[in-house]
Amino acid sequence: MLTIKNLHAEVDGKQILKGINLEIKKGEMHAIMGPNGSGKSSLSSVLAGRENYTVTQGEVIFEGKNLLDMSPEDRAREGLFLAFQYPVEIPGVSNLHFLKTALNEIRAYHSLPAMESKEFLKLTKEKQQLVDFNANLMNRSLNEGFSGGEKKRNEVFQLAMLDPKLAILDETDSGLDIDALRIVAAGVNKLRSADKAFMVITHYQRLLEYIVPDFVHVLYNGQIVKTGTKELALELEEKGYDWLKEEVHQKESV
Amino acid sequence: MTSDKSFYEFISNGVPGPEQKVDADNAILPARKLAFGRFKELGLPTVKTEEWRYTNIQRYLKDAFTLAQEEQGTVTAEQLKAAGIPQLDSYRAVLVNGRLQADLSTLPTGGKITVSKVSDAAGNPQLQAWFDKHPHLQSQPFAALNAALFADGLFIEAGVNASLDKPLHIIHVYTASANAFIQPRHLIVLHKSATLEVIESAVGINDNAIAFVNGVTEVVLEENAELWHYNIQSTVKNSRHIYHTSTTQKADSRYHHFNFTLPSAELTRNNLSVALTGSNTETNLHGLYLATGTQHVDNHTFVDHLVPNCNSNELYKGVLLDDANGVFTGKIHVHQDAQKTNAFQQNNNLLMSEKANINSQPQLEIYADDVKCSHGFTVGRFSEESLFYLRSRGIGEEAAKSLLVNAFAFDITDQVHIPALQDFLAEKIRQYVAGAINN
Repeated sequence: MLTIKNLHAEVDGKQILKGINLEIKKGEMHAIMGPNGSGKSSLSSVLAGRENYTVTQGEVIFEGKNLLDMSPEDRAREGLFLAFQYPVEIPGVSNLHFLKTALNEIRAYHSLPAMESKEFLKLTKEKQQLVDFNANLMNRSLNEGFSGGEKKRNEVFQLAMLDPKLAILDETDSGLDIDALRIVAAGVNKLRSADKAFMVITHYQRLLEYIVPDFVHVLYNGQIVKTGTKELALELEEKGYDWLKEEVHQKESV
Repeated sequence: MTSDKSFYEFISNGVPGPEQKVDADNAILPARKLAFGRFKELGLPTVKTEEWRYTNIQRYLKDAFTLAQEEQGTVTAEQLKAAGIPQLDSYRAVLVNGRLQADLSTLPTGGKITVSKVSDAAGNPQLQAWFDKHPHLQSQPFAALNAALFADGLFIEAGVNASLDKPLHIIHVYTASANAFIQPRHLIVLHKSATLEVIESAVGINDNAIAFVNGVTEVVLEENAELWHYNIQSTVKNSRHIYHTSTTQKADSRYHHFNFTLPSAELTRNNLSVALTGSNTETNLHGLYLATGTQHVDNHTFVDHLVPNCNSNELYKGVLLDDANGVFTGKIHVHQDAQKTNAFQQNNNLLMSEKANINSQPQLEIYADDVKCSHGFTVGRFSEESLFYLRSRGIGEEAAKSLLVNAFAFDITDQVHIPALQDFLAEKIRQYVAGAINN
């Protein structure tokens, strides 16, 4: 579904990604871990098309198409979704209106007619229940005055509504207490299916107790330095990142 | 009455007085003459005039204009449609160059609300009592020029406790074969406990001639009266507007004024002023300006707190594109007697290009000590992060920007209580953003 080859990117002239290689297939759950400043969020930004990042080398193929050639909106329309680490508050834009606009723009891209209001409301209700999103927040301005947990739940709710092929969750667990974390994770788990893939970016192993990954990748200094299964996450939890950093430096000095 | 070269020169020196007017009405003539004398005394402003510092009016008056008093012109169905508001259920007064066209209008009948031509009502005691009497107009040269030589306009009078089942929509059509200087004038008087909703909109003349509109509306709200007053400015590029709206509020009255300046008249100067002469009044002034190209939009507002216990709230918001230029001057004067005044003012701007410009100056003069007053001014650019967030959900750049401009304008548009008007404004915002992106 997604193939990242030798991806290099910089922001403000500073190299952040230094040759990422990653293959994600349908139905898979990939976790990206790594210490602060290793490039985890940069990777998600580059994939979603944030404009201040410049790709200097490499390519990203998403469902057979060159992802890096597309505008952010076309990436979303092709089925990529980024759950933001810091969802934006937009006063004056209602959650419902926003979602309807997004859904219909994606449908228009695929030459589908706009969704009828009745059908849209039915879908909304169904997905609200699925991810346990408070219906009272629907008519409020987008994320305005939402608690940290409500914002993150709204991201998962949007994910459920827009039904992407590949969802990237950027530190969705940050700022959540354990109850909110469980609810968000349960929502994500309900959305897992054989034809969807997930990339979960996290600092901590905690989230991975609830969302069990097929693969765990460790990002350090702009590269994936280790790939393993869920056991790797446990090992990191126990030993921290320092041993990995040393391994990398030893390799470099050889 | 035509100027062959600079109109500025012509109205400064050569313009004949009101007694020369073909339809000079006897009953109004003394007031016209007084105003003409005042105009002669005041003279036209220059950039050295404090109130006109940011708007070089000479620039807009250097062309030749005809004082379009007599030209009737014809109105096409298309023009009328262009000035209309889809789905709006309202009474309608259609004015061509300031003159009411009864055959194109649907006026309220049989009730306590009358709508007539100022020229027909010249002898009316209310008109005689209030015409050109507003204190704030006395120092304004363009208002004086209008009073001296105005074409015609509406006299709207609502009797005690009167109200209408739907808004009154005043549609101005400006039409002339050559450059024209057009001066409409209204007087709206709401007697005790009357309520009314008035929407005013305009459609410009053809693209080959310039319409310079110098309009004045005076409003009088007697005790406990309430007026919702919407002014929509959306004429063609080749039009220039100076508009004075001056309101007098008596005790317990409520005045809600909305000013929407939309593309694409090259000059819009609004002087909105309210004199609070009775206690316990409420005044809400809302303004939204969306400017593009080389539009120059100048809003001068003045809230004059003369007596205690009055509340005024002012919120003006602007979005400026391209080389557009905005001016906001908000004056609040709280007199020594006006204790327990609440007066708030806010001006927020969104600049969407490097060259767009805004000059904003609040002017608070407070001579009472037990008052709550505040003012604020912000200027910002689009939040790139908000834009990216929307785009990352599949919303295209145009739709995303439209959502954000709508969101910015929401505080204003949300206060509009007429759904058809809200929809109309949302559509205007959408067109504005689309125009901006396709530029």
